Amino acid sequence: MEKIATRDAYGKALVKLGAKNKDIVVLDADLSKSTKTYEFYKEYPDRFFNMGIAEQNLMGTAAGLAAAGKIAFVSTFAIFATGRAFEQIRNSIAYPQLNVKIVASHAGLTVGGDGASHQAIVDLAVMRCLPNMTVLVPADAVETEKAVCAAAEYEGPVYIRLGRSKVPVLYTEEDAFVWGKASLLREGTDITLIACGIMVAESLRAAEELAEEGISARVLNMATLKPIDREAIVQAARETGAIVTAEEHSIIGGLGSAVAEVLVENEPVPMERVGVKDVFGESGEPDQLLKKYGLTAKDIKEAVYRVLRRREL
Amino acid sequence: MGKMIEQQKLEETAKQLRRDIIAMLVEAGSGHPGGSLSAVEILTYLYFAEMQIDPQNPTWSDRDRFVLSKGHAAPVLYAALTERGFFPREELFTLRKIDSRLQGHPDMKKIPGVDMSTGSLGQGISAAVGMGLAGKLDQKAYRVFALLGDGEIEEGQVWEAAMAAAHYQLDNLIAFLDYNGLQIDGPVREVMSPEPIEDKFRAFGWHVERINGHSFTEIAAAVETAKRVEDKPSMIIADTVKGKGVSFMENQVGWHGNAPSREQAEKALVELT
Repeated sequence: MEKIATRDAYGKALVKLGAKNKDIVVLDADLSKSTKTYEFYKEYPDRFFNMGIAEQNLMGTAAGLAAAGKIAFVSTFAIFATGRAFEQIRNSIAYPQLNVKIVASHAGLTVGGDGASHQAIVDLAVMRCLPNMTVLVPADAVETEKAVCAAAEYEGPVYIRLGRSKVPVLYTEEDAFVWGKASLLREGTDITLIACGIMVAESLRAAEELAEEGISARVLNMATLKPIDREAIVQAARETGAIVTAEEHSIIGGLGSAVAEVLVENEPVPMERVGVKDVFGESGEPDQLLKKYGLTAKDIKEAVYRVLRRREL
Repeated sequence: MGKMIEQQKLEETAKQLRRDIIAMLVEAGSGHPGGSLSAVEILTYLYFAEMQIDPQNPTWSDRDRFVLSKGHAAPVLYAALTERGFFPREELFTLRKIDSRLQGHPDMKKIPGVDMSTGSLGQGISAAVGMGLAGKLDQKAYRVFALLGDGEIEEGQVWEAAMAAAHYQLDNLIAFLDYNGLQIDGPVREVMSPEPIEDKFRAFGWHVERINGHSFTEIAAAVETAKRVEDKPSMIIADTVKGKGVSFMENQVGWHGNAPSREQAEKALVELT
């Protein structure tokens, strides 16, 4: 299967958007070659602003550009965007509902060798809890490009989470990205795996292996984490009776929490969360980290066995 | 020059703004009189002698912008906006009350004429930088004015913004520093000295002016000079008196964030007639 990093797809999407819409501006904080905003800079240098290593001012400047009518795409690593500049995002972007798209790369453990200081594992939690904020977590390069284009069309703040590593391409150009809707990647009747980002591919692998064992697993890609697709979750709970979530993020506050919130209020069924278990990561190769911190198809399958046992009790 | 003839009118307007600040704060029961009163002449000059704005069309794309980076001085901004006709005067007395458009700190989504939501210190100046960049990009003639507090500049973000404004040669950005010398815990020089303040902004690449922030003549001269400066943002350091115009509030740190009682307000209003 072809593998492309979501950040590469972002760079391409920006260049396309830049040609279509003169109001699009891009800001970065000295990481443009890593976040791939450099691709935009090469084509439209006048509309690219490097703000230096100063993330608070990065977000505030993006807010000012948006207040003056621009569509501001602002990029840096997820850890700095959502950590260092959290309050700027809250007060200067989300509160006044300005048209700023925070597209953060190098999210999760798969940033790799940089280690825990650079591994954003609570970014979804802190972005999801902000009023007015939409949160997107594309699963592959195709979905990234479509999500970025959709974000440009949408009026208001959006957080898009991208990764550093190459990930399998799951979608074709013909597949639609539907804002606010889960995408059904595999039908199933015994359990539903709800995943986002790189864990979608792992969930599909887990589902294939489970099928060989006679367990029919539905797979939903929850690319729009907020507003979350309640209907798809409730329907999955009713039709399959058990849920496992999978995310490259803390099990606190991200996809697992969001799905649990919907379930307990609507259709409580046994569920398990696969994610980083409230610990910091460390340096290592992405695949080593995913294995050590329990973010593989094998971990998803084990969660499935646990949840199915609970259902049978 | 027309502006000199306007002087007396500006003095009267300033007095009206001060009365409105006291009147709305006593109704609100909380808020920030000291740093609102210290900035009255600056806002009066900007809103009544300088900025190209249209109360009938508050989001006019070619308008000059004003960002109240020291958002807690919301009362002086609301007083200026209502006097300029952006919203009805009666609304001033809903400040900080439930269902009011007049939030404790300015909300651009609610009040016509507010160009940026502010309140968390250090953030407004970055938004002003963004507006300045947009103006340059669009080759528009509008200017962006901003007002910072002297305590506010302790925020690191202010200096990130200062670096960026000079780097991008934003000569369409003219900022004021309301140097009233007091912050919540005491004199700024004791809490966290900003000195040497002129040198700091100059070293960051700004054109710097130092003026008496209660003198319309000096404000006018500094703004006119700043407008002629090319390729640099301007910082007008305005020496001011916290609580200016109300004898018992002047230079008293306790009036940073406390509203006057009815009795105190009456006394203040007598002084402001």
